[in-house]
Amino acid sequence: MRINPRAEQAFVRAVLWTLTAITVLILVYIIVFVLRKGIPALSWDFLTKNPVDMGKGGGIFSTIVATIVLTAGAILIAAPLGVGTAIYLTEYTWEGPVTRIIRFGAECLAGIPSIIFGLFGFILFVTKLRFGWSILSGSLTLAFMILPTIIRTSEEAIKSVPPVYRTVSFSLGGTKWQTVTRVVVPSALPGIVTGVILSVGRSIGETAAVIFTAGSALRLPTSIFSSSRTMSVHFYILAREGISMPNAYGTAAVLIIAILAINLLTYYLMNRFIKKYS
Amino acid sequence: MDGTAKKRSGTRLERNDRLVRLALLVVAFSAVSVLLVITVFIVGQGTPIMFRYGLKSFLTGTRWYPSENLFGLWPMIVGSLYVTVGAMVLGVPFGLSCAIVLTEFSSKRLRSIIKPVIELLAGIPSVVYGFMGVVILVPFIRETFGGPGLSVLAAAIILGIMILPTIISISVDALQAVPPTYREGSIALGATKWQTVKMVLLPAARSGIIASIILGMGRAIGETMAVIMIAGNAAKVPGSLLDPVRTLTSNIALEMGYAAGEHRQALFATGVILFIIIMVLNTVANVTASRMKGAKK
Repeated sequence: MRINPRAEQAFVRAVLWTLTAITVLILVYIIVFVLRKGIPALSWDFLTKNPVDMGKGGGIFSTIVATIVLTAGAILIAAPLGVGTAIYLTEYTWEGPVTRIIRFGAECLAGIPSIIFGLFGFILFVTKLRFGWSILSGSLTLAFMILPTIIRTSEEAIKSVPPVYRTVSFSLGGTKWQTVTRVVVPSALPGIVTGVILSVGRSIGETAAVIFTAGSALRLPTSIFSSSRTMSVHFYILAREGISMPNAYGTAAVLIIAILAINLLTYYLMNRFIKKYS
Repeated sequence: MDGTAKKRSGTRLERNDRLVRLALLVVAFSAVSVLLVITVFIVGQGTPIMFRYGLKSFLTGTRWYPSENLFGLWPMIVGSLYVTVGAMVLGVPFGLSCAIVLTEFSSKRLRSIIKPVIELLAGIPSVVYGFMGVVILVPFIRETFGGPGLSVLAAAIILGIMILPTIISISVDALQAVPPTYREGSIALGATKWQTVKMVLLPAARSGIIASIILGMGRAIGETMAVIMIAGNAAKVPGSLLDPVRTLTSNIALEMGYAAGEHRQALFATGVILFIIIMVLNTVANVTASRMKGAKK
């Protein structure tokens, strides 16, 4: 039996569109659901007061501070390493066994589940190096986790800087390093920043790697050696132990809003960057 | 005089450039070194106990009672396998359909809306997915199909959703990377759009699509927090889709907080097995993806 190709196409098209619509609807539904339940719990007090009674009452101020400090620490460690790697890969070497090893390493690192990073951070930073459950241990662990993202996005950003820029700089007598620091990196900066913001989003949402390295103390952190609880860990504990559903929804809403804002910013920057060079 | 000064400053700059190159080379090996250090630590902490109790009893033992020194990982290995296969069965058809629609059947305008939405959603933290499972999916399964609700099915559905952005974005890249002449040639021969997709584009983008599926699989196996919240976590081989299940990742995360001594080592051993599975998947995905690049050159 021969099926009419046009009828077949119409049928397949309907099926594919239905599946696509369902996918998009599910994803949008998650966001809408969390925001609708969570936004009523939000208030100025919720954002600026510390949690009381294990999170049953009060706000989430200390967890917001912990999230920001932990993420900033991770970026401070990972950004120089990641951008340096990208500069080396694009400007200082040619494709060969060395770059293959570096890229393979970065790609493998990107695929490692966060719980493995958590285990590793726990054994190395928390116990062996005696940093304890602390912001320092958490930041180091997160830094290792986001390193591949920063390498990949920076590499792409640097690659998209037109070769002419370099030629002109060399012809004016610039050395390699001058060319890199004064011409290539500034031109690629929006792309590099995009990668960094993307990593900020990933750090904010991370739980498994953080809970075993930064701990879950609810106090406001006072030094890089204080144990502290990030928003996602706080949300996880509230929801899993059924401490307070309204506060769990509220925390989830703050998380989602922060991540949506970050991703929108990334998207905007990326588009501007792409437009600039094409 | 002038000439020598210039020459000297030239060599100084050159020397600096060599130093910079060396420093960057060291930095560039940071990712590789991190990978090595992680491997050394996880394997170093986890393997001694595996050999002390015997690899076979570790991998195929069905009883996990750390307090009685029984460390059988079989239920968790099977558990991870079940939820991952379930997630692939649910996620791959939806993900591939999305990718095909986005590249071949949608208007440019629609694509410019749907693609960013899907990418935005890749950023939703896994705890939020888990939470959605707890408040919506688990009660739904309990009321519709019976059982505790915390189940293989719940975990498979949530993981199936979580891997969508990975599958979609990589498959879209693979489909878009097919040279336009392939498409044009097929259409010129009188094929419909669907025939073109089926007979030309999908085969041409095969490696990329396979890589996207393998990476999605890696994400599903490695996911922890969402699974803990919805899978029920009983360390027993599940008898049906509605039974609770414990995965390798949840086994680590559930007990890490209080484990000590051999118990902790056994959790690291769980990590070793997870690590090996992930590295194998990564390598396969890497090789398939590079084959795709090679074919295009």
